[in-house]
Amino acid sequence: MPLYQLTVNNKSLKVEADEDTPLLWVLRDHLNLAGTKYGCGVGQCGACTVHLDGKATRSCLLPISALKAEVTTIEGLSENGDHPVQQAWKEHDVPQCGYCQAGQMMTAASLLKQNPHPSDAEIKEAMNGNICRCGTYLRINQAVKTASKP
Amino acid sequence: MDKGNMKRREFFKISSVAGGGLLLGFSWMTSCKQAKVKAPAAVAEALEMPKQWYEMNAYLKIGENGVVTIYSQNPEIGQNVKTSMPMIVAEELDVDWKNVLVEQAGLNSKAFERQVAGGSQSIRQGWETLRKAGATARQMLITAAASQWEVDPKDCYTENGLIIGPEQKRLSYGDVASAAAELEVPEEVQLKDPKDFKIIGQGKGNVDIDGIITGKPLFGLDTKREGMLYACVVRPPAFGQKLDSFEDSEARKLTGVKDVIRFGDKIAVLADSTYSAMKACRFIEPKYEQDKPAESSIDHDKELKALLEKPATEHKRNDGNTDKAFKEADQVVTRVYEAPFLPHNCLEPMNFFADATGEKVIMHGPIQTPAWARSRAAKILERDESEIEVSMTRMGGGFGRRLYGDFSDEAVEISSLAKAPVQLVFSREDDMTAGTYRPASKYKLEAAIKDDKIVGYRMREAAINRNMFDAIAHFFPAGAIPNLQVSVMKHDSNISTGAWRAPYTNFLAFAEQSFFDELAEIMEVDEVQLRMDLLEQAKEPAEKDEKIEYSPARMQDCIRLVADKAGWGKKGASVHQGISAYYSHNTHVAEVAEVEILDGVPTVKKVYCAVDCGIVINPKGAINQIEGGIIDGIGHAMYGDFSFDKGKPSASNFHSYRLIRNQEAPDIEVYFVKSNIAPTGLGEPSLPPAGGAVANALYKATGKRFYKQPFVKETSILG
Repeated sequence: MPLYQLTVNNKSLKVEADEDTPLLWVLRDHLNLAGTKYGCGVGQCGACTVHLDGKATRSCLLPISALKAEVTTIEGLSENGDHPVQQAWKEHDVPQCGYCQAGQMMTAASLLKQNPHPSDAEIKEAMNGNICRCGTYLRINQAVKTASKP
Repeated sequence: MDKGNMKRREFFKISSVAGGGLLLGFSWMTSCKQAKVKAPAAVAEALEMPKQWYEMNAYLKIGENGVVTIYSQNPEIGQNVKTSMPMIVAEELDVDWKNVLVEQAGLNSKAFERQVAGGSQSIRQGWETLRKAGATARQMLITAAASQWEVDPKDCYTENGLIIGPEQKRLSYGDVASAAAELEVPEEVQLKDPKDFKIIGQGKGNVDIDGIITGKPLFGLDTKREGMLYACVVRPPAFGQKLDSFEDSEARKLTGVKDVIRFGDKIAVLADSTYSAMKACRFIEPKYEQDKPAESSIDHDKELKALLEKPATEHKRNDGNTDKAFKEADQVVTRVYEAPFLPHNCLEPMNFFADATGEKVIMHGPIQTPAWARSRAAKILERDESEIEVSMTRMGGGFGRRLYGDFSDEAVEISSLAKAPVQLVFSREDDMTAGTYRPASKYKLEAAIKDDKIVGYRMREAAINRNMFDAIAHFFPAGAIPNLQVSVMKHDSNISTGAWRAPYTNFLAFAEQSFFDELAEIMEVDEVQLRMDLLEQAKEPAEKDEKIEYSPARMQDCIRLVADKAGWGKKGASVHQGISAYYSHNTHVAEVAEVEILDGVPTVKKVYCAVDCGIVINPKGAINQIEGGIIDGIGHAMYGDFSFDKGKPSASNFHSYRLIRNQEAPDIEVYFVKSNIAPTGLGEPSLPPAGGAVANALYKATGKRFYKQPFVKETSILG
């Protein structure tokens, strides 16, 4: 099995895995970073969203052999859960079941990095790729708005 | 039940089973770390992990420093009971919520009466017991303090975790917990007057929030245990098929694959990682043969339509003389409403951990019905239930799917055959194609109108596999119309069907509330007024008829409130309003949906909702549930489309199955009818009215009535 060198949450790591193994499963099974979730495996739901060099990307579709960037997962979004997006998620008590929320927060954090003060329409558009089966969309949007405030 | 009279047997000391050993998969350190994050700096010290815990009863224990742990007995599927149920205990215990830790209790049928997530019943059925659990412990703490002070317990009271005696003597709960835990459980306890509630009625955040926002492994799919193998299963691709034979040599060659095992008509692939197991399933070459009929939805449609026209064989309710009322009517209105099958699509696919290799069988995972899962596991393994331990994880959604433990059965069986601890994982495709679907159904609704009044009403249900719960036949308009008949017919199918969030009413409410909207138009009365008038007529019959459980007066309150908040009939011509009101799961809900035409597309912009669920335990969580139910209801009414062709499901993943997304969710305003009545649940009741409210608003906007779901399939105008 090939050995891959990768940087996850600012740590340099080595992983032995088949080359077609999606980053999602490397994170979850090999690196014990279970915060990134499996929802569909086909890039449709967004539960597996991580950052590659700071940009929101679906980890379920990316084979480990194609990984060329530094990875940030929900566990590395902040050291103490105090990223503005995480704090806003807490303030608005966004989750119901909570399963999709890591992906939602990673998408939101990436949006705010590129567009620190998005309009309501821009928030909805950016978040539209992440499914929340419980329907917490309104709180998600409110939390992104809160996190966007200086 | 005799209120305030504490039943001793419910709370007898069970320290041996209610202690830390029960809490599989959780550690006290984890909970305390979470609590520290949660607590403001000023109180952080008070939240250190106690050195010693004292079990007061099955529901709570108190540390020597006053920290309280409350066990949440019911499975958490996102309905937020892990926060709201402990709030009830904490209220009667009279402690500061910030000094409370919450732990998920494992399955313990001796200690807890009901450990199920289903029917929106956790709060309603737990209310008395949870209050008594807190109040009993509080009484014992008072008794212990009074005894130490040598005063009469009657001269003592509590306040936020302190017992206060004569001359302002003070002891904390932690000071006397050790002595209190030794006391006899009191026969009777005093419950608080609701006006004195300090926690109930306050918005409290989700107790798992810190774990969720930092990606902690809270869910079933996150389970990891020593020596565990991952199992994925190849199942027949179509209902009605059985496994003949299979070739597994290619699969076995793949990295990480440990074993391939046939069980029944399924093949389990065991591997050292999830991806290896999933991938290897694609290399299995199975051969199937047709065992039972290969059913198609187009045939179901014909069967169900035929059943709507056959003479009724079973009446669920039969008032007055419907035949006469319809014969003598000035006008008869008949409409048929049609619902497809639906998959649940919990975002966390089905999964379960089982270790059937040891003296104790360990079952751990996301399940709404742990006791049922244990009893079936006992049968599968031919073991005694006492040898099986079941613990529940947080669940990535339930919606009824996790009532059915086919996945826990599979995990147990595979673990037993493979002689290894096993984490069973469904792929999304497995989850969507091996479901327990909302059965397809059709309703024929008929009204007899005479002298501008609805004098007769017939409802005929034709459904796949199972008919409505008896109670539903006595929902509105039972009592409101003197000649009323509810009859049911079913068509047996080999497609597995079951409860889907708000079973039956998730569609029936749309049918009924669309029908009454149309009746209002035909009778030339305002839609709100027609409902209010019918409910007025139902008041007296509902008083006399024990089977009628909805309250016409409470429903009127909801309608009045929502009409007021929505400005019913007062919006400009560009805002098209539709109303719907429905009672289900013991809760009354009325909704007004507003549709506007945006860029030529009718769009649901806003929903107003009024709810009477009695006392609102946790407004924060309650509003979240209501919003979610409305969005879920709209999503499935608009887009939910699922069928079978020769037994094969029409969709297998989210590229071919449309769920509602962020941009399609309307704004929602939620209002509660103020009430001191015992609380009822909120996991389901806001969903049923949503489809009807939207359909009625869409009609006003477009002139098109909807009789079938999903709406997007009925017209191209919805985009």
